[in-house]
Amino acid sequence: MNETMEQLQPVVASASAPEKLLTVENVTLSFGGVRALSDVSFDIRKGEIRAIIGPNGAGKTSMLNCINGFYHPQAGRITFKGKTRQRMRPYDAARQGIARTFQNVALFKGMTTLDNILTGRTLKMQRSFFWHLFRHGPAMNEEIEHRKYCEEIIDFLEIEHIRKTPVGRLPYGLQKRVELGRALAMQPDLLLLDEPMAGMNLEEKEDMCRFILDVNRHFGTTIALIEHDMGVVMDISDRVVVLEYGHKIADGSPDEVKADQRVIDAYLGVLH
Amino acid sequence: MDILYSIFVDPFVQMGSAPDLLAQTLWEGFVGGILYALIALGFVLIFKASGVFNFAQGIMVVFAALTLVGLYEKGVPAFLALALTIGVMFVLAYAIERAVLRPLVNQPDIILFMATFGLTYLLIGLGEAIFGGNPKVMIAEQLYLPKGAIDLKILGGVVTLQKIDIAAAIIAIAMIAALSLFFQYTRIGRALRAVADSHKAALSVGISLNQIWVIVWFIAGVVALITGIMWGARSDVSFALQVVALKALPVLILGGFTSVPGAIVGGLIIGIGEKIGEFYWGPLVGGATESWLAYCIALVFLMFRPQGLFGERIIERI
Amino acid sequence: MFYREAGQFKTSYAADMAIFPILQDRIGLAVVLAIAFIAIPLFGSNFLIQTVMIPFLVFSLAAIGLNILTGYTGLISLGSGAFMGVGAYACYKLTTIFPGVNIIVWILFSGFFAAAIGVVFGLPSLRIKGFYLTVATLAAQFFLQWSFVRIPWLYNYNASGAIEVPQRMLAGITVTGANATPVTRYLVLLSIVILLTWIASNLVHGRIGRSWMAVRDMDIAAELMGIRLLPAKLLSFAVSSFYCGVAGACMMFLWYGGGEANDAFNINQSFTILFMVIIGGLGSIIGSYFGAAFISILPTALKFGLPAMGIALSGPVAEHLNYIILGVLILFFLIVEPHGLARLWQIGKQKLRVWPFPY
Repeated sequence: MNETMEQLQPVVASASAPEKLLTVENVTLSFGGVRALSDVSFDIRKGEIRAIIGPNGAGKTSMLNCINGFYHPQAGRITFKGKTRQRMRPYDAARQGIARTFQNVALFKGMTTLDNILTGRTLKMQRSFFWHLFRHGPAMNEEIEHRKYCEEIIDFLEIEHIRKTPVGRLPYGLQKRVELGRALAMQPDLLLLDEPMAGMNLEEKEDMCRFILDVNRHFGTTIALIEHDMGVVMDISDRVVVLEYGHKIADGSPDEVKADQRVIDAYLGVLH
Repeated sequence: MDILYSIFVDPFVQMGSAPDLLAQTLWEGFVGGILYALIALGFVLIFKASGVFNFAQGIMVVFAALTLVGLYEKGVPAFLALALTIGVMFVLAYAIERAVLRPLVNQPDIILFMATFGLTYLLIGLGEAIFGGNPKVMIAEQLYLPKGAIDLKILGGVVTLQKIDIAAAIIAIAMIAALSLFFQYTRIGRALRAVADSHKAALSVGISLNQIWVIVWFIAGVVALITGIMWGARSDVSFALQVVALKALPVLILGGFTSVPGAIVGGLIIGIGEKIGEFYWGPLVGGATESWLAYCIALVFLMFRPQGLFGERIIERI
Repeated sequence: MFYREAGQFKTSYAADMAIFPILQDRIGLAVVLAIAFIAIPLFGSNFLIQTVMIPFLVFSLAAIGLNILTGYTGLISLGSGAFMGVGAYACYKLTTIFPGVNIIVWILFSGFFAAAIGVVFGLPSLRIKGFYLTVATLAAQFFLQWSFVRIPWLYNYNASGAIEVPQRMLAGITVTGANATPVTRYLVLLSIVILLTWIASNLVHGRIGRSWMAVRDMDIAAELMGIRLLPAKLLSFAVSSFYCGVAGACMMFLWYGGGEANDAFNINQSFTILFMVIIGGLGSIIGSYFGAAFISILPTALKFGLPAMGIALSGPVAEHLNYIILGVLILFFLIVEPHGLARLWQIGKQKLRVWPFPY
């Protein structure tokens, strides 16, 4: 697998001070009478793996949706790559380099694995409608070029054997992997993963961890991760944010957060 | 300048100068609206209870009316024919449940929607084969529905109210009220709403889907029969009525697909809007706007409220 | 043992992404085209061509159009009949105003008018989804149908309210009008349909087709990939209406030779085309052909096939039977194979791959 790693361009790790890729400031989000997020602030540094944890209903997915542009917070600002905005459409988020996977797998069920991953390349495809009328020629060349990139991703995620299978027929664990592949195809700066290991057994979780770490180490992709498995969170994340009922209750390294009393009371509990 | 005048000023001038005509138009629109609401009611019942958009509701109206008249023409006395027709609608509901709904349990909505298309064609073919394609006269007299008209001398002129229209309005409102209460307050009504939300979940709490569906399609069939009688009494019973049933769609859009009171509000808006539009603005564009005006009214509403006036807000969770 | 892929290795992505990667498929296609272009004109009777092949081709084109909108993009439309009408009337006006221009050019060009109107009526799809959008297309259907009758300029103030197709020539041969032979019209139609099918196939197999399917399957996720929803949907409306428009122009000029809006482009036509797409298979070009073949051949088969088998049927009864069989078949397909004849064809090919072994 390492050979394919080198074909996809590796990023040289920079030694300078950690730069903030995403900053969330005082974000408040309500749906009618329900407060999903209250005055939440944190940041994500470039190149790190940031975990967002908390009990159910804490607002973790809502937070990701705000970063993505699906929800528009009533108050607060989100700054990505130096640009601040309050309202952003998902299309703009995609263009600026944010990719995402979903809690309930949001694949295009009518298409094959390969086609799904190819849709991730949509923004990189330039050839106009006119050339697609003929297919042979510039449109085909572009397809082939992007097919090559997608095949690298398929190699990396070890899903060659299902590349032509309609994703609706795949087991849940493989669907999650395909979804990760689709997000990777966008070559994002920031990758948002919403419970990527939900419903997986130990072996599948180890595989997924391996993939996430590889993506982070080799491409330098910054990753924000919602996850319930504490073992995974403690092992792979650089820093952790803890949410409860829409409030941030802890923020720091995994060890700091594990020892924080508020977090223990709200979420982790103690060994009896 | 002239055009602006004729669109924005003249019609209102006309309305003011002949208030009895306005009242007449409003009444006609009201009655039309009630009848649309009846058809829409059938849709709402089935959608509320099985999540199926029953495109065949229109043809069920025609089929019910034809069965009634057909039986009478064969010599069966009027009220016996009525009872037999209700029986036929029950058999139809049972057959549909067994042959169409049961095999398609849990399929996506669009498949069920298209299945009702198939049903429509089947019923059209059957109806034409059994009863012939010629328009028939509804047996209004034999069912003791009132005839004749009342002339009200008001507003400086005469407003004519057909008695059959008044009867239709009363019957329709009574039916809608009864059905609202049924859905809200009875055990079966609650079961119906559960089934509309999720087949799987309803099954797992022990609701018998099959029974529920037979009940609901039967009720819709009875509503279709009453609608057919009312419509047929005002004009003839023919297959053209089936296309008029498409008008129920704008009604449903306005009223929401799951709201019984919404059906009547939507029906009234469309009925009155259509008639007023055609009478006062229609001549400007050459008339006969009734074929499309309702849809455009619905379209405009949709742009501002995509879920209709009474519908539930569609929230997509990701 | 005939349909083996063994030994056919693809050594390049280009070969793998070809539309017919298997050699036997390509041979099959060549055979079908040979039959269509050579065998039928030579050996087919005028009756076969006029009553079966020409309607089949016109409906296939319209079905491809609707399939693009409904099958690939997931926007159910009940307005395809009206869009066909737009194409027909546009072609008629163009050729009567500019009689010197080649009629084929006008037939293809009339599609653009239909596309423009399609985009206008597709604008509501920005805010409206699902069944509600279907009602918007009904608005298009009824409004356009009304305009065809109420704007006499469209049918050149003809007293009967109908279009009469003028005679037009192509390279010295009469192509439209009363003097055109069925064979000529058939060959012109066939060429147009094959060309447009090729283009449709190119579109759906590339980035654009994938964008449409993404919008159909999960539009929220599609937005996240950078697919802008409104342009994708409007493009779908435009292309779909283009195809329906050309089909309508072909219907008037190469099939009917004239006609009236309420007969040819009414709501029943819209339903018929939708059924073709459902029975043939949503999201499949070959499915459009299957569906069109099925529904356009069925009435003829009933009218002439049953008496041939000894069952005598009068005209109206055959028509009723038509409806009944159609209804039953739609129900049957939806229950047994919701993905239509195209899926059955795929399954058949799968089985052929391993024949004579069972699996």
